[in-house]
Amino acid sequence: MLTRPIAALAALCLLGVAPLAQAADKPSDPQIAHIAYTAGVIDVEAGKQAIAKSKNKDVVAFAQDMVRDHEAVNVQALDLLKKLKVTPEDNDTSRALIQAAAAERDKLAKLDGAAFDRAYVENEVAYHKQVNGALETLLIPSASNAELKSLLKTGLKIFQGHEQHAEHVAAELK
Amino acid sequence: MLSKQLLWACSMVLALCLGTAPLRAETIQVTIDKMEFSPAQIDVKVGDTIEWVNNDILAHTATAKGGWDVVIPPKKSASMVVRAAGSVDYYCRFHPNMMGRITVSAP
Repeated sequence: MLTRPIAALAALCLLGVAPLAQAADKPSDPQIAHIAYTAGVIDVEAGKQAIAKSKNKDVVAFAQDMVRDHEAVNVQALDLLKKLKVTPEDNDTSRALIQAAAAERDKLAKLDGAAFDRAYVENEVAYHKQVNGALETLLIPSASNAELKSLLKTGLKIFQGHEQHAEHVAAELK
Repeated sequence: MLSKQLLWACSMVLALCLGTAPLRAETIQVTIDKMEFSPAQIDVKVGDTIEWVNNDILAHTATAKGGWDVVIPPKKSASMVVRAAGSVDYYCRFHPNMMGRITVSAP
């Protein structure tokens, strides 16, 4: 019973960490903006899938929190980009993130009930960990505009909160 | 209709009485900005009101485990009257990395 979520997690790690690790070159501000925005959209989509599929009150509440927060942050990000006249630029990291997210979504679509809940929440822990790692080590240090850097730093605090929240929910599901 | 007005009048009188009754009850403000409660630690007395002012674009909560739970919508504020003495750690349910502490003394 345990092997499936672990295998799924392992697969996610392989798929998920690689694209961000590949981006060894320092990304530009338009690329950073695109990566951060894409990462938010992915989690909103994952949340919507969980709201539709899960029957667990805590899992649905968590998913609603994710949709609400990530949508709010992305609205703020778009406002800032408009103000700075920065057009987000698609890049390999964003494309790899989208690809990995699509694979995860398909995997989760095949699960139901408690198996889905566990897999979704475990992926949320892993995903936020991955995004936070990228923010800390790559995106924040690479950002050259001060306002963009500041928004990313606040984003990091928010997503660290999400990571802890996801860990709490995961612990309760066990 | 008349009884409704009477009820309103009575409740106003009651509100006035209640409003003036607790001597020197204060309102202590805690600001939430960029995922932080500020000040993170406050000292209050039983009967005081704590008002959380949320400057963030996100909803937050002030939650004491096994106790109270105050939801503070984005760009809004919410308050709570302190009922019991003691020290309470609280956090945000949505972002558990946000933490605060209230020390409550007797009135």
